[in-house]
Amino acid sequence: MTEALASYPETMTCCATLATRLLWIVPVAPMVAAGIIALLKQPYRKTAQILAIGSMVLSLAISLFAFSYTVGGWMQGITIRETVNFPWLHFGTTAVELGWILDPLAAVMLVMVSFVGLLIFIYSSGYMAHDENATRFFCFLALFAGAMLGLVISNSLLLLFMCWELMGLTSYLLIGFWYFKPSAAAAAKKAFLTTRVGDIFFLLGIVWLFAQTGTLLFYNNGAGSIEHSALALLLTQPAALGLSAATAIGLLLFAGAVGKSGQLPLHVWLPDAMEGPTPVSALIHAATMVAAGVYLIARVYPLMQAGALTGGTTTALTVVTWVGASTAVFAALIAVAQNDIKRILAYSTVSQLGYMMAGLGMGGVAIGMFHLITHAFFKALLFMGAGSVIHGCHEEQDIRKMGGLKADMPITFITYAAGMLALAGVIPFAGFWSKDGILEAAFTWKLSNVPFFMLVFGALLTAFYMTRQVSYVFFGYWRGHKTAHESPAVMTMPLVILALFAGILGFFGTPAWPWFRAFLEGHAAPFELSVLFEPELAILMGVSTLVVMVGIVAGWRIYGEKSPAASEPDALEKAMPGVWKFLSNRMYVDELYEVTFIRFYSWWGKVADVLDRRVWGGAVAAVMALTALLARINRFFDTTFVNGGFDKTCEELATSGGLLARVQSGRVQSYLRILAAAVVALAVILVWSSRP
Amino acid sequence: MTPLTAHLLVAALLFAIGLAGALTRRNAILVLIGIELMLNAANLNFIAFWRYSPHPEALTGMMFAIFSIAVAAAEAAVGLGLVIAIHRHLHSTDLDQMNRMKG
Amino acid sequence: MSVIFWLISAITIAGALFAVILKNTVHCALALTVAFAGLALLFLGLDAQFAGFTEIMVYIGAVAILVVFAILLTRGSETPKDSVYSRFPVAGLVAAAGVFAVLGWAVLQSASTLPHAMQTPSATAKEIGYALVGRYVLPLEILALLLTVATIGAVIVALHEKEGK
Repeated sequence: MTEALASYPETMTCCATLATRLLWIVPVAPMVAAGIIALLKQPYRKTAQILAIGSMVLSLAISLFAFSYTVGGWMQGITIRETVNFPWLHFGTTAVELGWILDPLAAVMLVMVSFVGLLIFIYSSGYMAHDENATRFFCFLALFAGAMLGLVISNSLLLLFMCWELMGLTSYLLIGFWYFKPSAAAAAKKAFLTTRVGDIFFLLGIVWLFAQTGTLLFYNNGAGSIEHSALALLLTQPAALGLSAATAIGLLLFAGAVGKSGQLPLHVWLPDAMEGPTPVSALIHAATMVAAGVYLIARVYPLMQAGALTGGTTTALTVVTWVGASTAVFAALIAVAQNDIKRILAYSTVSQLGYMMAGLGMGGVAIGMFHLITHAFFKALLFMGAGSVIHGCHEEQDIRKMGGLKADMPITFITYAAGMLALAGVIPFAGFWSKDGILEAAFTWKLSNVPFFMLVFGALLTAFYMTRQVSYVFFGYWRGHKTAHESPAVMTMPLVILALFAGILGFFGTPAWPWFRAFLEGHAAPFELSVLFEPELAILMGVSTLVVMVGIVAGWRIYGEKSPAASEPDALEKAMPGVWKFLSNRMYVDELYEVTFIRFYSWWGKVADVLDRRVWGGAVAAVMALTALLARINRFFDTTFVNGGFDKTCEELATSGGLLARVQSGRVQSYLRILAAAVVALAVILVWSSRP
Repeated sequence: MTPLTAHLLVAALLFAIGLAGALTRRNAILVLIGIELMLNAANLNFIAFWRYSPHPEALTGMMFAIFSIAVAAAEAAVGLGLVIAIHRHLHSTDLDQMNRMKG
Repeated sequence: MSVIFWLISAITIAGALFAVILKNTVHCALALTVAFAGLALLFLGLDAQFAGFTEIMVYIGAVAILVVFAILLTRGSETPKDSVYSRFPVAGLVAAAGVFAVLGWAVLQSASTLPHAMQTPSATAKEIGYALVGRYVLPLEILALLLTVATIGAVIVALHEKEGK
């Protein structure tokens, strides 16, 4: 059933139909809305909300239209891949081209992003109702949505990178939305700089790809950078360490994804990003932006796939797998020991992103993307539910100060429970099917089965910490001060819708009816219930269900049965204090970075400062002094010689003029004398010259 | 020494004397006297040349001399009138004091 | 050359010399008159009778008198206090000497080529009269104009200025 490496069929319809030609509106509408909202003043929040939500509705409509067109094509057996490319930057004879693409991958992602985005926009209008900066919030949110949608449809690595960076910017703006809180400002800066580290490698990869293949378009009727001819070229170019250029570029691009998707070791920004408002966490740090890294890898999958096969997979994909699996376990471990409701979810996101990467690496585009789509829905649901809880508990975020909310906030409880079950991977929720697909791919991975065990352990932990969280928050007794209240309908409605999807979405990707995979890969999707009962598959499903049950039961036994008091230390902490401390301090990764990189960097900054002020500044001052000296010498010369000489000359002229003027004595006789003498002289000359 | 040459030499000497007087004497009137001597020397030259010319019947030299005498008379009148006028202003005929045209 | 000629020349030159040397201006004027007389005699000696008599009548009879009048009107009869010579008289003498040298040299140089008439020309008053109104009528008329203008001009120049002008 599984084939680790699948490739896209080469059926391409190049002429752009209406759906593709309209596709540019999808990102542009929210961006235009953002632009208009940016000009609005603070009190016009209603207008801002209407603009933002309206633009998202428009984007959703066109996305659905494109999606239906793509599905229609699939049902006829054609794989739609339509591009619209245009040259953007001309230099010399070449041009850098941008463009957008409509294919199954893009269509599915578009629908997910615009739908979840729309729901979160609606949710935000309730959540940010009391915030005075709501207008600014919607401006940034719309801008972000535009950037994400642009990234989804981009056919050019450059356009993707531009949208990538734009998303980084809006993420910074939104994390630091409450900029007057120092922790929020610091978190925003941390997010930006950490993703920057990844982006540098990403940019290197882009430049290298452009240098080698001469184009940054993905698909361009056979001339694209990830199509056959370009890949063949890349495979022949050697990079360092015995890798080919294709592998090296793939790893560089993956480095960008590591930063953006919060993989080990660049995950440190994601938990801190919870300083932003909860809708931001839901949209950006659960459903969309962090998924952009996964989407990128899915987009350039032919590049990752190209290369020498060792153990049935390429080097690039191996790296992706190991990084993903490690991240999954690492983050899940830390999540167990966190007490902030959003932080648990943040680490859960990091862990699930690891799952997605592992799925891409081991199972292919469809496996990874399916988990991405389902995760987007239930993680957004969980975050929005957490937001509802926080809102209802009067901005309290510590789970040890909550409790017993299932009575006070029933809708939130039910929807949250649905999300939690989906995340944990309980059959028949969506998370079970998508995670199972990844576990299956891991089980059959030829290179090693360590990732499989890591992922299974991660599933156990996921179930455990989610149960812990739900027990603390919704069960037991109320540990807070004021009574909690249910959130308004504008906030609970999206929760309900998402919960529904969390329930049914999984059925699009079950082994019995692998529609999602078939859709992405362009072949038929037969509905065969008997597949579920194949021995291998059945055992695997049983194992994962068992693991999840163990986790849930353990969590319930420790936290749910006897609800712990707020001030009491955690049960696990009592049992394993050292381990607990290690985990609750996030394995000291931040501290490690602080001691190494950050200290080095500030030292380097000091060195640079000294260099700048003493050395360069000294050089400049020396030049200045030299110039001043030269100026003084010049002035001396000027005053003494030039001025003096000039003045002397003038004096001499005046004196000689005075002397000469004495000839004009005014006395007639002297004139006459001179006349006479002159006549004599003239006569002599005349006579002399006329002599033969 | 032909007669012509002698006359010419005398005229030259007269001219030189007149020039010397015009150039060296302080009194303005004596300058005019010198000028009259110079004019007369020139007249002598004319007459001498006329007398010993190939065609004396043309009377050219004689006419010239007569006209010269007439003009000299007029010029002497005007010049002396000027001297008198200047004397009225400066109360002296000292040429050294008449240096208003000094440059 | 006859002795008469040299004698008359000597008188003329002596008169001219004294005219420019003497301290007393009136004596200078008188010496000038002697010089004029000598010149007139020279003219007579050159068979230019009309010119000679004109010389006597105009120069001695008018110009010399005018000079005397001017001297008397400008108090030139008084002996001057300072020297009668202007500053640096040597320069003037040198210039005059130079002129004489050039002229003399020119005359002596061309002595051989100068014309040498034989017969006495006739320059009667009648002929001069005919020439005056014949060939030289234009200069005559202009001369008349000139004399008129000069006379009037001299009178105006020497006229006492009106008080308060």
